[in-house]
Amino acid sequence: MPLDQNSKRDFKVIGKRVLRPDGIDKVTGKAMYGADMTAPGMLVGRILRSPHAHARIVSIDTSAAEALKGVKAIVINADLANPEDEFFADIRDNCLAREKVLYDGHAVAAVAAVDKATAKSALRLIKVKYEVLPHVTDVDEAMKADAPVVQEGRADESAPAGSSQNVTSHFEFGHGDLDAGFAKADKIIERSFKTAATHQGYIEPHACLASLGSDGRGELWCCTQGQYNVRTICSEVCGIEASQLRVTASEIGGGFGGKTTCFIEPVALALSRKSGKPVKLVMTREEVFRATGPTVSSSTDVKIGMTSNGRITAAQAKLRYQGGAFPCGTVEFGAQAAFAAYDLEAVQTLGWNVMTNRPKEAAYRAPGAPMAIFAVESVVDELCQELGLDPLETRLKNAARKGTLSSYGPTFNDIGLVATLEAAKAHPHYTAPLGENQGRGLSCGFWFNFGGNTCVSLNINPDGTVGVVEGNPDIGGSRASISMMAAEELGIPYEKVRTVITDTNSLGFNDVTDGSRVTFAVGLATIKAARAAIDNMCERVANIWGIDRDAVEWVDGAAQPAGPNAGSHPPMSLAEIAAVADQTGGPIAGHHEVNADGAGVSFGVHLCDTEVDPETGATKILRYTVFQDAGRAVHPDYVEGQMQGGSVQGIGWALNEEYIYGDDGRLQNAGFLDYRVPVASDLPPIETVILEIPNPGHPYGVRGVGETSIVPPLAAIANAVSRAAGVRMTELPISPPKLLKAMSERG
Amino acid sequence: MKKLHISTSINGDEAQFICAPDETLLDVLRDHLGLTGAKEGCGTGDCGACSVMLNGRLVCSCLVLAGETEGAEVETIEGMANGDDLHTLQRVFIEKAALQCGICTPGILVAARALLEKNPDPTDTEIRYWLAGNLCRCTGYDKIIKAVQAAAAEMRSV
Repeated sequence: MPLDQNSKRDFKVIGKRVLRPDGIDKVTGKAMYGADMTAPGMLVGRILRSPHAHARIVSIDTSAAEALKGVKAIVINADLANPEDEFFADIRDNCLAREKVLYDGHAVAAVAAVDKATAKSALRLIKVKYEVLPHVTDVDEAMKADAPVVQEGRADESAPAGSSQNVTSHFEFGHGDLDAGFAKADKIIERSFKTAATHQGYIEPHACLASLGSDGRGELWCCTQGQYNVRTICSEVCGIEASQLRVTASEIGGGFGGKTTCFIEPVALALSRKSGKPVKLVMTREEVFRATGPTVSSSTDVKIGMTSNGRITAAQAKLRYQGGAFPCGTVEFGAQAAFAAYDLEAVQTLGWNVMTNRPKEAAYRAPGAPMAIFAVESVVDELCQELGLDPLETRLKNAARKGTLSSYGPTFNDIGLVATLEAAKAHPHYTAPLGENQGRGLSCGFWFNFGGNTCVSLNINPDGTVGVVEGNPDIGGSRASISMMAAEELGIPYEKVRTVITDTNSLGFNDVTDGSRVTFAVGLATIKAARAAIDNMCERVANIWGIDRDAVEWVDGAAQPAGPNAGSHPPMSLAEIAAVADQTGGPIAGHHEVNADGAGVSFGVHLCDTEVDPETGATKILRYTVFQDAGRAVHPDYVEGQMQGGSVQGIGWALNEEYIYGDDGRLQNAGFLDYRVPVASDLPPIETVILEIPNPGHPYGVRGVGETSIVPPLAAIANAVSRAAGVRMTELPISPPKLLKAMSERG
Repeated sequence: MKKLHISTSINGDEAQFICAPDETLLDVLRDHLGLTGAKEGCGTGDCGACSVMLNGRLVCSCLVLAGETEGAEVETIEGMANGDDLHTLQRVFIEKAALQCGICTPGILVAARALLEKNPDPTDTEIRYWLAGNLCRCTGYDKIIKAVQAAAAEMRSV
């Protein structure tokens, strides 16, 4: 779909900083999140979890718990259905363990009781007999041929012969002659890197309220990034027909990818079916850390060759990602993103997906990309240091641009990397002076972005206002941006439009709120739905005026006679058309259904100044600036918000956050005190510069902006710290003890 | 366990409730009184999403036993606006886009109001340290700090 001819027009609504429609509910405490819903007669659900990293379940005795007064239902894996597809079977076996518990915190059984205290007591009465098995939590250890096997028989045909069964898949791709490329290099650097698993860290724990009758009809309220996806999973895992399960998404208290799957919803439905009553199930923070989310941890080797004047001649990355106790495909994203910012003659990426005794990995903002790009951008920075080159100029010299054959296959269309780098170069931050123990780092970042399945209905109300119905939970202000696009296209004030996010029975299927897709794809469908409504209104007006449909055009929110008929009738506004709809054919609506492509990739560049404390190894972020191509910033406040929020998650990843496992394979820091996400006092202002290089795939040029911002901080900070400390830091997080040790070994 | 009968004042209105001795003020607000504006993000006092005022002092309501609130004055996010007249902080948070998902917002607003009552003209650093006990995972805090400054300036000028 080409960018509209009128893309350079003056927008009336797009680009304004309007008030979000859900603002008052969210500042007054009225907004209803997952745990805020109740139902008459509801029970409280709780889940029993494994204390072992890896163990065979010999037996589960629930008799004593069942006998406890107030206990209404207990479910185990056998109470769930048997989906044929492995994808759903894995989610089922993650929701409730089947034959083995595969990680510390893996759910084993669940109870529904009249209150929280009774449910907790019941959990203590369930007797589970375990046969403890050897475990492995490190990715490199898990790949060794003699490593404990997490699950037998899960490797696909791509897994290399002779490696551990924990290696579930392998692939390689690239182009050009690597050997010839490295032979042309004046300097080659090869380094190994590690990144810790980090959690999405949404402040709202998973929560749901389920009601399922023995007739298979169900109602489910939950915090999710995709109610349709929840419906699909729960239908499969609980054996219910999709049409019989209505899923309503609550307001969502953060997701960042971590709420794109199910952990508790099938369990709550099973408890409700068995007890015959509504069941509310809310995770504790400890459960969130032990049994949901995190992203992969990684071990990576990167080798890059460069000429003395800064041209990259060849590049190779070997990426090993562990995604917890089930097969995952995240390393593909990392490998495809690793060198996306560069125009390379010879490039190769190899990836291995690996299982360990850790929680099942869930998507986390640009899944797989930050750790790969951290490794690549660290080596590029070190090459610049070694060759005495300016790191920004060097990136410009090698930057991917329109027509570049990307490292992962496609040839790039209009992309914003060069403009973004130029903006960083021109910004005063890049040349500001630095003091002692201070360093400046920079990194490029990239994300593919996604379009996907989308439905929108747009209703012209009798009073001339407009209702938009869409199916993607609003995580960061999307109701505002969707209303803005409807208002822009219809030519009416933003305040006349109300966008609601509906349940699974009220609108066709929508993909999850992920892949930075909502403003792009739901926006696109909204614009198309508005155009369908406009077409319908113009036709009605043509009939009223007795002229051809082609002789009516839509301008500034009204139908008017066009061409030879211009001026023959006064314009008829949307409200005037709506008021007489009952006389011109009945209600007026537009809708659009699409599996959208053309999302348009996104690039960003981050600049970061840090100061390291030689006595403690602590790092302070002094200044941070984000440059990112938004295509078209529909609501600049919320575009900046995405840029800032992703950056700070990346700062946490670079400096503080990590899953820490003991020798016993148990998670040692399952709480916000010990898993430390950045707090306000850790941070400087996050400055933002929005670039707008229109995406040809969207009528207004919109690109997704949500994910790219978490990609550059890892390397931007590691590069700044490495320059400030005079020692290359290759493992994240760069916690104070790690940096202090590196600085003392440097001497 | 025998339950306790407690009389308090919540947002200026008399409130009585029955609670178990091990229930927290947050449990009572959310589960017994229908005041779900305070959120449970952690249950251990680390995230600040359940922040309320107890006898004029900012507390994490997940760390207060409900049984200890006999005769106390509790103020929650639900009492922050005066009818349909938003508190300046609430209005400015919307105007300055200081929230994304909004789950931390009630706690941050309650905490920010407590700060401005003590210190009407705080520096950015003072705001950042005061709000260090309120986690926000969406915004990176930048727009929150700017909104508190803007609200403080507006409140000083009236």
